[in-house]
Amino acid sequence: MKKTEQKRTGNSIGEKAKLFAKDFRRQLPLQMMVLPGIIFMIIFCYMPIYGLSIAFKSYTVIDTIDSADWVGWYNFKIVLGDKFFWQSVVNTLGISFLKLLIGFTTPILLSIMIYELRDGPFKRVIQTISYLPHFLSWIVLGGMLINWLSTTGLLNQILMGLGLVENPTNFLLDSGKYWWIASLSDTWKEAGWGTVLYLATMAGIDPTYYEAARIDGAGRLKQITSITLPLMRTIISLNFILTVSGLLKSNLDQTLVLMNSQNQARAEVIDSYVYRMGLTQGDFSYATAVGLGVSVVSVILLVTANKITGKINEESVL
Amino acid sequence: MKTKKLTGDRMFDIVNTVLILIIAIIILVPLLNVVASSFAESRALAEGNFIFFPEKWSLDNYRAVFKDTSIWKAFGISVAKTLIGVVTHVFFCAMVAYALSKRNLRGRKLYTVMGVITMFFSGGMIPTYLLMKQLGLLNSFWVYILPQLFSYYDVVILMNFFRQVPSSLEEAAKIDGAGVWRTFLTIAMPLSKPALATIALFNGVFQWNDFMTAKLYMTDKNLYPVQMKLYEIIVQQQAQSMNSIGNVALSTTSKGIQLATIVVTTVPIIIIYPLLQKHFVSGMMLGAVKE
Repeated sequence: MKKTEQKRTGNSIGEKAKLFAKDFRRQLPLQMMVLPGIIFMIIFCYMPIYGLSIAFKSYTVIDTIDSADWVGWYNFKIVLGDKFFWQSVVNTLGISFLKLLIGFTTPILLSIMIYELRDGPFKRVIQTISYLPHFLSWIVLGGMLINWLSTTGLLNQILMGLGLVENPTNFLLDSGKYWWIASLSDTWKEAGWGTVLYLATMAGIDPTYYEAARIDGAGRLKQITSITLPLMRTIISLNFILTVSGLLKSNLDQTLVLMNSQNQARAEVIDSYVYRMGLTQGDFSYATAVGLGVSVVSVILLVTANKITGKINEESVL
Repeated sequence: MKTKKLTGDRMFDIVNTVLILIIAIIILVPLLNVVASSFAESRALAEGNFIFFPEKWSLDNYRAVFKDTSIWKAFGISVAKTLIGVVTHVFFCAMVAYALSKRNLRGRKLYTVMGVITMFFSGGMIPTYLLMKQLGLLNSFWVYILPQLFSYYDVVILMNFFRQVPSSLEEAAKIDGAGVWRTFLTIAMPLSKPALATIALFNGVFQWNDFMTAKLYMTDKNLYPVQMKLYEIIVQQQAQSMNSIGNVALSTTSKGIQLATIVVTTVPIIIIYPLLQKHFVSGMMLGAVKE
């Protein structure tokens, strides 16, 4: 009795491997279906992650990733002393904070406003209109913005019609206005789409809460502040964490189409700087170091934001 | 007392409706302005003193766009990359998701961890560029298709859907002698049509609107998709209008062409928009379920 038990435990690893191999062979058709996915991930996801090592090397066009010489933290030291890099950080943060201020709050307000509309064709039409800009590409929207903001464009027409300005100006050539243009146009595009998840959350609120509040004499505003908003706390916190962790992320499509020689000093963001240094000037190691550094800081931001909202909400969302 | 409260709620409704209408106007007016401008005659466009109704309408801008063979070509590339991209992406993801949806699949844990890591970490712009170069995908049509074959996010959505397929159906097929592939193609796929449609639509919009792939990996103008062609037109027009203030006629013609191209590029999106709207709420909910 004891002997057989010992034998069984003694062979357990070998037997497990045998069992695994047997199951694997039996599941071969299924395994063959997963295999292409695994190969894809190794090539297209894990190889670039391995390629990040060139941030610590001096890579040139004639090198392969493995043949380039290690230089340690050299690239990062140069990045930290590069004033153009810091300028792109300032621009990225400036635009991101405006987006946090406007782009993050607008969908919350808009979803409450839509939720408060009576169900019917009007509500459906409003939803249809508000989602539409999300599906336009940034190139299309960029082309439109260039026209709206030009001297003969829509915005000058309206401002002059209202008597607010005397002479038309091209807003995109005024670098002082760029941060506002970037954040407001992003809000215009994405605010409606941002309501989808909020509206789905609100659809799950028990209507009897509102009935009870009405019986207690609560007005509509009171119902919003004491029922709707508190019940949306989790989803709002989740979005807040994601927005904060994305503070150093920038919109490369938007930047490439709206940036010009006049506004570049305020329009160059980290991603467009990486693009310019890496692909236009061929300094691959340097550009990779910038990208890697920014990703690491973003992860730190994500963890910090999760901790802080966790303290406020008593439980962390992620 | 009661009427006072009622009027308070009435007031709320009126203010809310008016604000919403203002927002709808802020979204619609600029869009309609672009459409109207694209139909404006070049002089009316140069003066630009209209919002919806130019002094003189004209189809010249569209004639110029349709005469330009490079725009036609770019349109063709966009259609091809969207169709091929969507079909291969949906099929590839469905195949992997179907296998991963079997809970007794050996090695499933490892595969899942590998997939989840790809959702949070990536090599970023430069290492990815170097990989494409190494693979010989620069200036190749397949750079639009191959890197987009797989998305673990979509795999998760499909996996959850395949799990809802009643196992009795699959077992019945097995007894009838159907193999894994037959069951996948004739039972699991048809029963997951809503999820497949959602993923196909979103991937299609991505493929149609994607400009960055061409900007990063494509220098061969014959393979430009229409978004990249539009970008080129916009950049040219901006350079022209900044350099040649004297030569207004030249820059307004190209401005008209730019506006017409914008409209033409967006028409396919507008056509499938009703379909999209039907599917995206359910799609978003599918995505949310996983969290």
